[in-house]
This record gives sequence, structure tokens and C-alpha cells, in this order.
Amino acid sequence: MSRMGLIAGAVLTLLFSGAAVLSLVWVPHDIEAMHIAERMQPPGAAHLLGTDHFGRDILSMIMVGARTSIAVALVAVGIGMGLGVPLGLLAAARRGGWLDEIIMRGNDLIFAFPSLLIAVMITAVFGAGAVNAIIAIGIFNIPVFARLARGAALSLWTREFVLAARVAGKGRLRISAEHILPNLANLLIVQGTIQFSLGILAEAGLSYVGLGAQPPVPSWGRMLADSQTMISMAPHMALFPGLAILLAVLGLNLTGDGLRDWLDPRLRREAR
Amino acid sequence: MKVLAMTALAGAMTLAAWGAEAKSDLVVGLQLEPPHLDPTSAAAGAIDQVLYANVFEGLTRFGPDGSVNPGLAESWDISDDGRVYTFHLREGVQFHDGSALDAGDVVFTLDRARAEDSQNAQKALFAGIESVEALDDLKVRVTLAQPDGGFLFNMAWGDAVIVAPESIESIKQRPVGTGAFRFKDWVQGDRITLERNPGYWGEAARLDRATFKFISDPTAAFAAVMAEDVHAFPFYPAPENLPQFEADARFQVLVGSTEGETVLAMNNAAPPLDNPLVRRAVAHAIDRKAIMEGAMFGLGTPIGTHFAPHHPDYVDLTFLSDYDPELSRQLLAEAGLGDGFTTTLKLPPPSYARRGGEIVAAQLRNVGIETEITNLEWAQWLEEVFRGKDFGLTIVSHTEPMDIGIYARPDYYFQYDSAEFQALNAALSTETDPEKRSEILVAMQTRIAEDHVNGFLFQLAVPTVADARLRGLWVDAPTQATDLTGVYWEE
Amino acid sequence: MLRYGARRAMSLFVSLLVASLVIFLALEIVPGDPAAYMLGINAEPDTVAALRAELGLNRAAPLRYLDWIGGMLQGDFGISYTYRTPVAGMIAERLKVSLPLALYALALSTLIAFPAGIWAAQRRGSAVDVGVMGVTQLGVAIPNFWFAMLMVLVFAINLRWFSAGGFAGWDSGFLAAMKSLTLPAVALALPQASILTRVMRSALLDTLGEDYIRTARAKGLTRGQALRRHALRNAMIPVLTIIGLQFSFLLAGAIIIENVFFLPGLGRLVFQAISARDLIVVESVVMLLVFAVIVVNFAVDLAYAWVDPRLRGER
Repeated sequence: MSRMGLIAGAVLTLLFSGAAVLSLVWVPHDIEAMHIAERMQPPGAAHLLGTDHFGRDILSMIMVGARTSIAVALVAVGIGMGLGVPLGLLAAARRGGWLDEIIMRGNDLIFAFPSLLIAVMITAVFGAGAVNAIIAIGIFNIPVFARLARGAALSLWTREFVLAARVAGKGRLRISAEHILPNLANLLIVQGTIQFSLGILAEAGLSYVGLGAQPPVPSWGRMLADSQTMISMAPHMALFPGLAILLAVLGLNLTGDGLRDWLDPRLRREAR
Repeated sequence: MKVLAMTALAGAMTLAAWGAEAKSDLVVGLQLEPPHLDPTSAAAGAIDQVLYANVFEGLTRFGPDGSVNPGLAESWDISDDGRVYTFHLREGVQFHDGSALDAGDVVFTLDRARAEDSQNAQKALFAGIESVEALDDLKVRVTLAQPDGGFLFNMAWGDAVIVAPESIESIKQRPVGTGAFRFKDWVQGDRITLERNPGYWGEAARLDRATFKFISDPTAAFAAVMAEDVHAFPFYPAPENLPQFEADARFQVLVGSTEGETVLAMNNAAPPLDNPLVRRAVAHAIDRKAIMEGAMFGLGTPIGTHFAPHHPDYVDLTFLSDYDPELSRQLLAEAGLGDGFTTTLKLPPPSYARRGGEIVAAQLRNVGIETEITNLEWAQWLEEVFRGKDFGLTIVSHTEPMDIGIYARPDYYFQYDSAEFQALNAALSTETDPEKRSEILVAMQTRIAEDHVNGFLFQLAVPTVADARLRGLWVDAPTQATDLTGVYWEE
Repeated sequence: MLRYGARRAMSLFVSLLVASLVIFLALEIVPGDPAAYMLGINAEPDTVAALRAELGLNRAAPLRYLDWIGGMLQGDFGISYTYRTPVAGMIAERLKVSLPLALYALALSTLIAFPAGIWAAQRRGSAVDVGVMGVTQLGVAIPNFWFAMLMVLVFAINLRWFSAGGFAGWDSGFLAAMKSLTLPAVALALPQASILTRVMRSALLDTLGEDYIRTARAKGLTRGQALRRHALRNAMIPVLTIIGLQFSFLLAGAIIIENVFFLPGLGRLVFQAISARDLIVVESVVMLLVFAVIVVNFAVDLAYAWVDPRLRGER
């Protein structure tokens, strides 16, 4: 069952990343040209998924939009992992100390802020755009990875190979880097996949309220926002970008769950 | 008091019985909610949209066609030198709190608006006033520093409505005016209710009650009208939905004109747009038809200068900036920018700007001009573009009536500095002879069109979607208002 | 226990202080002036200055910060720049929508998740389990604002069972008000119910592996009986933790859904206040939400420590 989920997830993930990569060199129609006369055409031979309110090809927009979604979510998760994991390791290495306390309280503090409202505030300060969407999503990924890394590292610190390293006189930070971190890799890959999918959802939400990537760069969330008043005339405009988000997120989640079972049977649990 | 309440109740009951035959309730949908209810201390058009002519009245008032008619002033005399206006107030006018309108209220209102610490958003309307005196209870003399042909027009604005000192403290929450409707209540974030003023000096309103419901989201507006939750929606925000309403016998769609000149404003002070050749190139690169079609689904009237087409002095100058990408590229080459250039395009929230901006960007790209689009909230737009003048291009609709004078202000955000135009504007403000005024206005329109100060796109149209049985709604929007005094349900 | 409590209370206090500073400073650098926004493009500079003075905006930032904090400690949230009414009243007004909406969504989510989670756990590996888990995968992946749009299209525009948005108001009757909250609550509940179902199922499966369940089974209870009598109670700890988290998320996180259905809730209040630069409203609402989360966390920590003395040493 989970093997099938992993395969389905991998196929969906590859499909969307493939579409994103392909869009770098080829899309069915130029999305920068506007053809007002051909606007809101239903799906057909000329435009597989129809056209939008400016007469642009929706399939092409979704392909390029995949690029935006993936880029924003990937960089945001990268920021979260890049900052969160070292912080978590540091906290674990200084367990119970003031550094641990500050890092963990800082985490709690970030968690206490309502994430979407903060994203709105960040874009109000620095302006709307893909970069600020990345920062907004990235910030809230830091505590996720910090907690995960700290928790897993704490249990590793009691393991014998770590004790051996300590006996050999290695420093705490060196042990964290050389012995603890490599053992976290599987866990981080799994969590990274999940956060990646949450990042795609968050990016869609932000650009839906107009705070994500700015036009003419297409994004799935903004395509949905644009389609909203036309939903009763041209439902396809709302249907396909929404399906794209759904399938991309579903694919990543299935991949994450499948990877968890496959990489580390001890972690086999369905809770998220 | 109790007796009064009883009779009022009895009155309400008979009215209700009568109302069973003729519907007398109205729910109007509006996109924006007023921040507060004092039209004399905020720019928010949403305040006038609810209160102008309904609750508050000025000395003069705008008619549905934009003409200036007598309001609380029945008549006026103008001295021969055009500097002294003597207003004769109507007799027997009462504010909703029962106090009588007298000359003292007019003096209070005008002095408050032009005071040092005034918070009037259109303080310039009152700048020409030298003194205001009450001659007797119903006579007010206003003396101007110099003759001003537009003074009666100025007094018709929502920012010049007459307020009373007794009720000014709480006006922001409980507005007290003289109009045919009085304020009933306000559920913030949702609706404002007005009811008929039984003691109105003029012809009584035909509606018993009017509710303004605030629905900012265009999709929700569509659904609310379709479900008949609201009976009329002036400034209907989604022109793409109009054909659906037109096809439905339950509704009528009124499309009127506004005072909103929608322009692609250019930064006349920053290179490369300080070069008239480049501005001309931009003007020829844009296709008004496509913008109107794409952004407004065909609504609007193309303009070639900053002037309302329904105004008698309007001249059609669109030929000066015809869509001609080839010419545009030539002009760019002539200006030494054969490879094009990159500039910013900062867009405020309305859909004419956001959608129009995407189309403009595509059209400019076609002649080699790259634009970086930034979508801004109004507060940011005011700060960055309007005050900070940090922009290359922006799209905005100038909705104030007769505002060509802004081109005479070199510090205005697009920073057009032309001595010739400034001289014309100065001549206009003191000229009272209608024919000469007309000549000057034509010259002003031509000047800015030839200088290609801005890309002149189209005059914003106002669509109103309403129940097919409603009568008496304004079609045009000479000012922001939803005048319900003459609205009624057809039986 | 007392010492642990005091230490946690201290860190609670520091957290709140830091949070208030972060919020205030962030909004200090937000470009845009509420007075200029109010007065629009024809306003004279001295008019804007007069309004700034009246709003108290020309005072030094540290003073305004102290005023804000001092006022809040006394329950006074200040006066909104744009509406000119007390912020506390505005928040109370919006809570009348946000709070019932969050509770409604939470109730729906719980009502779906409990039976679904128990059912799936009982029939682990069966078609039912696979089906339930598949649906929850979809529920987690669906963008809730898109789901909301589709519901509006079907139930409001086409079928006209519900109005497309807006809040009827409590004075129009309980049922009418609940009706206008139904579609938004469903949209909010779907992903939450999916998450909760998964948590419920796995928590049950975990406890089913414990010794006392095996003992119970050995005494002749069926799997279903053991699950209902013993496992369910022990699975409640993680489930209740998640429900607590979801509630605070729903209170603040409904902002997009509130936009789709134009509900006058807290999230939309903040959204509008930010665009009008009504910063005092933004500050107060965000601070209130942060306060709620921090205090709830504090209470949860204390409760855990009380139950499990081992946690008092460190965490």
C-alpha cells in the first residue's frame, strides 16, 4: 500500500517538476502575449485547458506557475532547514543550558505568531513579491526543523557511538557535525518533503491574496484569484490551477509518507 | 417624548400597512465601507457615497447630470466684481436633531473647513475665501480674495456640506445633517441604515428605509446581486459579469459616465521619461481599445487628454496618441533608446489598474520597453508614488471633477512643469466669461496632450446593476454619491 | 513544582515582552502614513500634519510604545486611526464572528475525525482504512480557499442553498447566523479534520500495541472492545494537544477564508487595517493572538508538568 503511494507520489512529483523544467525551454503558447479576442475559451484542441481572461493559454501558465511554486517553496524550506537544523543541533549539544533555553523559547515565540498574519505584515513592510513570500514562509520553517533536529539529536546523544566519540575527546560541536547530523539525514529528507508541500500550499495562499509573485510571473494562487469573478462563466479558469495545487501537494505528501516508511521503518507512523 | 415616540410608532405602522403594496425598503450594495461618517474630514469617497444628498446637503448641490443646483441656499447674489457672494438660506430647514439651520451654521462650517488645523481633505476648495459673515439668520456673505468662476461648483462638493456645531463632536459616528434621510445605525464591517426624515424641508423621500451593505469582494458582489440580497449595486466592481445581468430580466444594467480620467501617469522628472520623445513613444505603444476591453470588458470612453468627454468643452485629441507601435519604436530610436529601456510600473488596487497594468506591460514589451510591475496597497501607493514620486509609470483614475488644474502644479506626483500651462491655468481661475473660459480649457487640454504628459487611457464608466423595478437611480456619477432621494419602486 | 512554575512564568513574561517589541518595531518601519491615507491625494500637507497631531502620530516612538503597552495592561487598546472608535470594541465585534466560526469548524472537524479515525484504526489494513486514509490525503492537500470557491459556485450561485458570503448577524437569529457560517466552517474544517483523523488513527494504533491492551485482549476482549474501553482514553492526549493547536490556528488562520466569504472577522480586520495603515489595530490584534497562544502553551506546559514530574527538570 505505502509502496503504491510512494510510486504515485513520485510520479506526480516528477510530472510537476518535469513540467516546470520543460517550461524553461518550451511551452505550448507564449504566455506573455495577450489575445483579448480569444479570452475565456473553454478547453479545446487549440488550448488543451482553455484560455484565461487575457486569452493566455492556461496549460502554459500552469507549467510556468509550477516553476514559481517550486522555486518559492524549495528556497523557503532551504532557509528553514539551513537555519533550523544547526540551531536544533546547537540546542541539543548545550542541552539544558541557557543557549538551549533561548533557542527553544525563540522557537516557541515564532510558533506563537499567527503565520499568515505575519506574512501579510512582512509583505506590508517590504512589499509584495516572490522574495518576501519566501522569507515569510521560510521563517516559519525554522522552528519546525529546529525542534525536529533537537529532539532527534537528544536521543542520539545517548547512543554508544556518540559516547565513544566523547571519550575520544571530540568537542560537542564537532560531534554534532560529524556524528549526529549524518544520522538525521533520513529524517530531514522526510520532513523536508512534507514542509515542501506545505510551502507550496502557503505560496498559493499568499499569491491568492495578492502577496506572492507579481505579474507577469504566473503563479497558481493568483490564477485562482483572477478567475474568481469569472467562475460562473468560465469554470475551467478556476478548476485547473486548483487541481494543479492539489495534485502537486498530494504528490509530495505521498512521497514523504512513502519515503518515511521506506527509509526508516522505525519511524513508521502516520501522524503528522 | 413618550407621546412623540407613540405617534412616530403609529405613523410607522400606517406606513408599513401602505408599504405592503408599494415596496419601500432598499438595500444598496457598495464596495467600500466608510472609515467614519464625517464627509468634511476625510478623502474617502465611500463617505459621500452613503451620505451625500441623503443625509448631508451643501449650499449648492450636484444634480444627476453634474449641473450645480441650489441646495440649502435657495438663491444667491454675486457682486459685480465677482468677489462677494450673498447666499439666501431656505426657511424652515431643520437638522435631524431638531435644531434649525441658520446662517451661523454656514459660518461655522466654512470657517472650520478653512481653519489652520482643518482636517478637510479638499482644503483648496476653501482657500479662496477671505471672510464669511452672517448678515441675519438666513443670509450669509462670503467674500473671496479674488473672483473665482468655480466657487459655486466648489460649494457643491461633499467636503463642503453644512454641519452644525451642536453635533460636530460625534459626527464621525452619528452624523446629523439636513437631508431627506437621517442616520439610523451602523454595524461596522457590515452595513449602514438610513431612514426617511419626516421633517424634511423639500419633497420627502419615497423610501422608508435604505440600507447600505458593504461587499468588497467582486465575487461576493455578484452572488449577492444574483441572490437578490441587494437591490442595487452602484460602481459594480466586476464588469465581466454585466452580460449575465443584462441577459436576466430581473435586473437592469445602467452604464453611466464618471469624472474619472484613467491615465498611465509618467514620471516627467526622471529619465528617460523626462524626455518628451520617450513619453510620446509610450503613448503610441499603448492600445486603448485592448486595455478597455481587457481590463473593463469594453466599458469606458477613450480619452486623448485629461478631461471628461461629457463636458461641453471637451475636445477629442485621441488622434495625437494613436496606437502605432512602429512609430513608437522609431521615436525610441530617435531618443537614443533603440534597444528600449526598463522602468517601474506601480499599480494601486482597483482592477482597472491591476488588469490594465498587465496589458500595458505586454504592449510596452512589444516596443522594447520592459516594466517591473509592483502591486501596491493605496497607503503604499500614496507614500511611494504620490508623495515619494518614486516611480516610472503608474495607472490611476483621477476621479475629482474638473481637475485639469493639477497639471499646473510642478510638485504634483507626475511633475509636469510647463510655464505655458501654468499661465493658462492662472488665467482660467480669474476668468468668469463663459466663452473665454471655454477657449482656455481647450488650450489647456491641447497643451498636455501635445506634451504627452501622461498616457491618456479612458474615462472610467460606472456600471450600476439594479432590480429591474427600481426607478430614479443616478446613471452618471458626476460626484461620488448614491442619491436616493428620488428613488422608488415601480408598482 | 513551584520553582518550575516561577521559571516558566518568567520566560512567559519575557516572551510577551519580546513579542510586543517585535510587533511594534515591525510596524514602525511599515511605509505608509495613516493620515495621508485618510485624506487622499488632494490634501494639503498642513492638513495631513494636523491630522497626524490629532492621532498622536507625531510623538516619539518609545513614548507611543509605552502608551500602547500601558494601555493594554489596563485593557485599553487605544483608538483606531481610521474608524476613530476604541480598538477593544472593534475586536470584540469581530470576535463575535471569528470565535463561533473557529468553534464551528473545530466541532465539525472533531465530529468527522473521531468516528473516521476510530473506524480506520479498528479495521486497520482493510478497504475502509485505505479509503479513509486516501480521503484524508486529499483533504490535507486541497487548498481550502479553492475548495471554498468551488462550494460557493455549487451551493451559492448554482443551487442557492446558502448565501455566497457575508455574515447575517446574530440579531437575525441563531440559525440564520449559523447558516452564513456553514460554508466557511466546512472549508476550514476539511483539512483540519483530515489531520485529526490521521492523528486519531495512529494514536489508537500506538496504544493498541501497549502491554495493558494485550492483557485486556488476553482476558477475552475483542479488538473493538479493547479499543473502545482502554485505548481511546489513552489516545486522547495527543489528540487533545492537536485540537488545542488547531483552535488557535483557526482563530487567526481563517484570514483567507474570511476573504473568500467576506466575513467581518478578526483576520479581515487585520488585513484591512494593514492596507489602511491603521497600525494600532494591527498591533493590538496580533498581540492579542500571540498572547493567547503563549498563555495556552504555558498552561499546557504546567499541566503536563503537574501530571508528569519528570518534565519539571528540563524540557
